[in-house]
Amino acid sequence: MNNSDKVTIALVSCGSEYAGIQKELESAASSLNAELVYPEMDVASMDTIGGEFGLEVASPDLRLMMARAKAVVEGVAQVDAVFVATCFRCAEAAIVRNEVRRYIFEDSGLPVISYSFTERTTAATLLTRMEALTTIAKSKHLLAREIQEGLTAGIDSGSTTTKAVVMRDDEIIGEGWVPTIKVLESAEKALQQALDQADVKREDLQSIGTTGYGRFLIGDHFNADLMQEEITVNSKGAVYLAKTQQGNATVIDIGGMDNKAISVQDGIPGMFTMGGVCAGASGRFLEMTSKRLGVDITELGDLAIKGMQKNVEMNSYCIVFGIQSLVNSLAKGATPEDVAAAACHSVVEQIFEQQLQEIEVKEPLVLVGGSSLIAGVPKALEELLKIDVVVPPYAQHIGAVGAALLVSGFVDKE
Amino acid sequence: MAKIFIYPTNSLILSDLVERFGHKPLAMMEKIREKITTVGVDSPPINITPEDPKHGLKYASVEVPAGVRGRMSIVGPLIDEAEAAIIVLDSASAFGCMGCARANELTKFLARQRDIPRLEVKYPRTEEEGKDFVYQIAEFLKSLSKEEDEE
Repeated sequence: MNNSDKVTIALVSCGSEYAGIQKELESAASSLNAELVYPEMDVASMDTIGGEFGLEVASPDLRLMMARAKAVVEGVAQVDAVFVATCFRCAEAAIVRNEVRRYIFEDSGLPVISYSFTERTTAATLLTRMEALTTIAKSKHLLAREIQEGLTAGIDSGSTTTKAVVMRDDEIIGEGWVPTIKVLESAEKALQQALDQADVKREDLQSIGTTGYGRFLIGDHFNADLMQEEITVNSKGAVYLAKTQQGNATVIDIGGMDNKAISVQDGIPGMFTMGGVCAGASGRFLEMTSKRLGVDITELGDLAIKGMQKNVEMNSYCIVFGIQSLVNSLAKGATPEDVAAAACHSVVEQIFEQQLQEIEVKEPLVLVGGSSLIAGVPKALEELLKIDVVVPPYAQHIGAVGAALLVSGFVDKE
Repeated sequence: MAKIFIYPTNSLILSDLVERFGHKPLAMMEKIREKITTVGVDSPPINITPEDPKHGLKYASVEVPAGVRGRMSIVGPLIDEAEAAIIVLDSASAFGCMGCARANELTKFLARQRDIPRLEVKYPRTEEEGKDFVYQIAEFLKSLSKEEDEE
């Protein structure tokens, strides 16, 4: 690290400053005590970098990106992490972005994330991603924890549901799960459920960790020792529960509002993508399908297992038009089982097309999040990827477990 | 004196030549100077604000990436204002405002769409070509002055 506290992040971009979002990037970075820098490079390399890199692109600023990536990899620019960003919808930039990210990750070992921006990109959208980036760069020691110690609680304030667990000496002894309505009240209820089940009083807890969208709000409320974004927490929770903390793993978390695909090495996230622009690829799509079929969300999985997705013609992944396709299929005589299977396949296929292309899928593949409990979802993923999918116990509580595990590092200090 | 749109929009050679022949170059540098010296809420000054790519919608649809539209929000008005244009083809690499191939394609296209006198010359690679390059531009600029005198 360049100095004791500040995290230096290399901004490798084809011109984020021309898209009107530079202020948002700077703001997200500074709120995490990080600094964005432009890696210095030799201007002469602009003429040769295309050939060297193997990508002869038309835009000079994309060549500049490649030259900056090379400066990072060769250590000319001393940085702690890398943020690769290009315009959303630019095909040429999408190719370069992906290859540059892979190149930096594989050849430098630095944490790296890529993002495609529009002029509507805000600091809030970037915060979770950048927070994960700075945590991986700065707090690897935190993520090295493999055993939960003492009596701790983790609360995951998600967009759709709030989850809580109480853990004692590496064992889950209480769990809570409530829909997120009012963030604080839902967190209170979820924690109380977990405490009741564990037969533990709140004042006996040695430490509390929070994660999810509401982590800061509930973290302040509960006086938490750890308020951490869900990429690092969930990947830690996933490999902990799947007992794959050493070596490679891939974690896919299908949430109520967004999805994460994370490539994990020894429990530490490497490359990751975070989707969040389309409800059609989230648990919400499955919720709507179950409503339309008149079944409870918990029954959708069993239905899907019995159905054949190929019997249903789906023209769109969209939550509006996709559901319309499902309704049309019902009208044409498709069975609810087939429709349930098609819905699961649609969600998984979209994650495959939009997120798994950007990370390298290495086994074991751990599927977590509430949607992983809908049996049709892991089945559809196995069919698509032709590999075994592991759904660990407490898969829906993954964030809360990760938070309870990581925060036990604070128990040691007391 | 005519207002001359130059491409590359940040070319110091073209900007200088245009001024020497008594015309006004419409160049990126002027616009960027305006942006960074105008006091605003964004401090330190940022070239393109989140509003600018929306202004760029006049020149490219919402389907076009934000970085292209942000660049077009500066270049587009220069093309609109122009009374003549000089386009240099196959010039050396540039950065920033000239760093996006898609924005550059659109810029040249829009300049060609305008019904104004236009000169297109190749970027010189030898001394001989360099002399011819300057000669062609000088003749073009002189012809604009003559037209003005005749009017």
